[in-house]
Amino acid sequence: MRRVLIVGAASAIAEATARIFAARGDALFLVGRKAQVLEAMAMDLKVRGAAQVGTEVLDANDFAGHEPMLDRAQALLGGLDTVLIAYGTLSDQKACEASADLTVRELTNNAVSVAALLTPLAARFEAQRKGAIAVISSVAGDRGRQSNYVYGSAKSLVSTFTSGMRQRLAKSGVAVITLKPGFVDTPMTAAFSKGALWAKPHQVGAGIVRAIDRSANVVYLPWFWRLIMLVIRSIPERVFVRLKL
Amino acid sequence: MLMQVVSSWGNVIRAEHAIFQLDSRYAPFPDISPLPSILPYGNGRSYGDSCLNTGAALLQTRSLDKFISFDPQAGTLTCEAGVLLEEVLRIALPKGWFVPVSPGTQFVTVGGAIANDVHGKNHHGYGTFGSHVKRFELLRSDGSRRVCSPTENSDWFGATVGGLGLTGLITWAEVQLRRVAGPYMDVETIRFGNLDEFLALSRESDRDFEYTVAWVDCLGRGSSLGRGLLQRANHAAAAAQPGKAHGARFNMPFTPPVSLINSASLRLFNTAYYHRQWGDRKRALQHYESFFYPLDGIRNWNRLYGPRGLYQYQCVIPGPAGRDATAGLLESIARSGFGSFLAVLKLFGPLSSPGMLSFPREGITLALDFPNRGAPLERLFRELDAIVNAAGGRLYPAKDGRMPGELFRAGYPRWRELHQFMDPRCSSTFWRRVTEGA
Repeated sequence: MRRVLIVGAASAIAEATARIFAARGDALFLVGRKAQVLEAMAMDLKVRGAAQVGTEVLDANDFAGHEPMLDRAQALLGGLDTVLIAYGTLSDQKACEASADLTVRELTNNAVSVAALLTPLAARFEAQRKGAIAVISSVAGDRGRQSNYVYGSAKSLVSTFTSGMRQRLAKSGVAVITLKPGFVDTPMTAAFSKGALWAKPHQVGAGIVRAIDRSANVVYLPWFWRLIMLVIRSIPERVFVRLKL
Repeated sequence: MLMQVVSSWGNVIRAEHAIFQLDSRYAPFPDISPLPSILPYGNGRSYGDSCLNTGAALLQTRSLDKFISFDPQAGTLTCEAGVLLEEVLRIALPKGWFVPVSPGTQFVTVGGAIANDVHGKNHHGYGTFGSHVKRFELLRSDGSRRVCSPTENSDWFGATVGGLGLTGLITWAEVQLRRVAGPYMDVETIRFGNLDEFLALSRESDRDFEYTVAWVDCLGRGSSLGRGLLQRANHAAAAAQPGKAHGARFNMPFTPPVSLINSASLRLFNTAYYHRQWGDRKRALQHYESFFYPLDGIRNWNRLYGPRGLYQYQCVIPGPAGRDATAGLLESIARSGFGSFLAVLKLFGPLSSPGMLSFPREGITLALDFPNRGAPLERLFRELDAIVNAAGGRLYPAKDGRMPGELFRAGYPRWRELHQFMDPRCSSTFWRRVTEGA
């Protein structure tokens, strides 16, 4: 049985992942911003087979709340061996270009707060010498593009930060997994057909559980994004600046 | 506003709709202004236009897919309305519980099963799905929420069960499941030579078998009019048995340019299927998925019917007129040569349905799929309509995309009563079509 902490539990991808853990009988601690949503999720996951479900309302930008939350999660589940960090906001690039404030807020929310949360987590997992920390980054972090570079650079920080952490914690037997989803079809559009590049949250969730089970390093979800991003990264900058991407 | 092209299972109508959804069961009813109306839309398994609202909005319910509670001792399950029966079975079956009434596909939502008051092969013993619904919450566009049950707000309960989504949104429901020993069915398949043999065999079987249903050869005429195979089954007693689930074995990944269901493929299939077993009787253990949901094994099987789509015609003929009327229907269909693989006969039992507009009533029900051939098919339908109407029968709105308003109103004399329970913001293409001008 895994003892799983999910931060940003109400996101579609996190929920799909949580349902797979629940069906396997794992114990879960859900952290999110809305109490009612977390409560409804907890009921659902219990019916689906979760051994235990705890919840905590926390805004990840409240850095001081991180450690007490980790204490409570560890106390309730009797320890932690798996963490999924799944929160984030898709920044409005145009609005950010017009507002330094908004740009900083988006970077804080998507990057700085993740680094803040990973710092005590890394220390705790390094000390216990086992477990897996999975963090949702994005293919958008692989190269800055004019259409979403605020979001992309935040995710780039997450990718680089987890890369370093992975090297550091490998010695302690702790897996650090960087997850890079591409386009994901949210419930809003679930009933309708989309382009071939779109994945369903439950497919991405299954990929996340698989990545955690085999202690993967960097995982593109679905896998074909690895090839797409390889091509995009290999375009010379002088060509890239002229592209519309 | 998000606009999407939505079609129903029959693929005859493809129309753009404004799409709304709720983030949770606590969320308020969406503000749709300036649009005239909205209709709850589950998993889109209704065949015709009863799940569409052309020119206006749909309220997608699949996002309401959380379980709320499950009591493995009592077998009561509470969940949001967008949960699929397939998901219910995945949770309940390992604990020894099964859906009390199951339609021919498990890919319908709980809310849709209530709104269409669906039935299954065990109608003679268990009635409709709505008969096993203990309560549900109805959210209306004025923001009100009512818990409805057979005893609490019972008038709203009766209007909403079988109410085609027109009374508001079902946000969650509590359903009483039924005990089973495991996932296997003890199934006996018996060949019958004509309609009278079917009736005798079916009546006899209904005493000892929870599930009975017959496949008929819709091309059989004369002395073999109404020949077919009757399946009768009970849940198998033993918990673990051989045989396996099929899951989704095939997918129809695209719509072929013409229907693959035509008179040649039809004759071949019907003759082969009728003679598919050596003896007149065969008994076997079967996994519940292949017994209840044989067509779910081919994802998107509706695409086989090509870009023009398909119609299903399902009627029920009550009382003693049933035999002759059904014979007349089968004769007309056989003469036309238009029928399809899926021709189903079943006797509905005497249990009354809880909904004001529920389809099932005691009598013979016949269901057939037809590739859409335009006017010649509509001429056949008019012939069938006349037989159904003369015999005091009615058609099933969940399957319908074309019945004349008069036929609907004659078959559902309580239709006017629904008006006082209809949500002023809810409407459907079907409802406008069958009540227009009346």
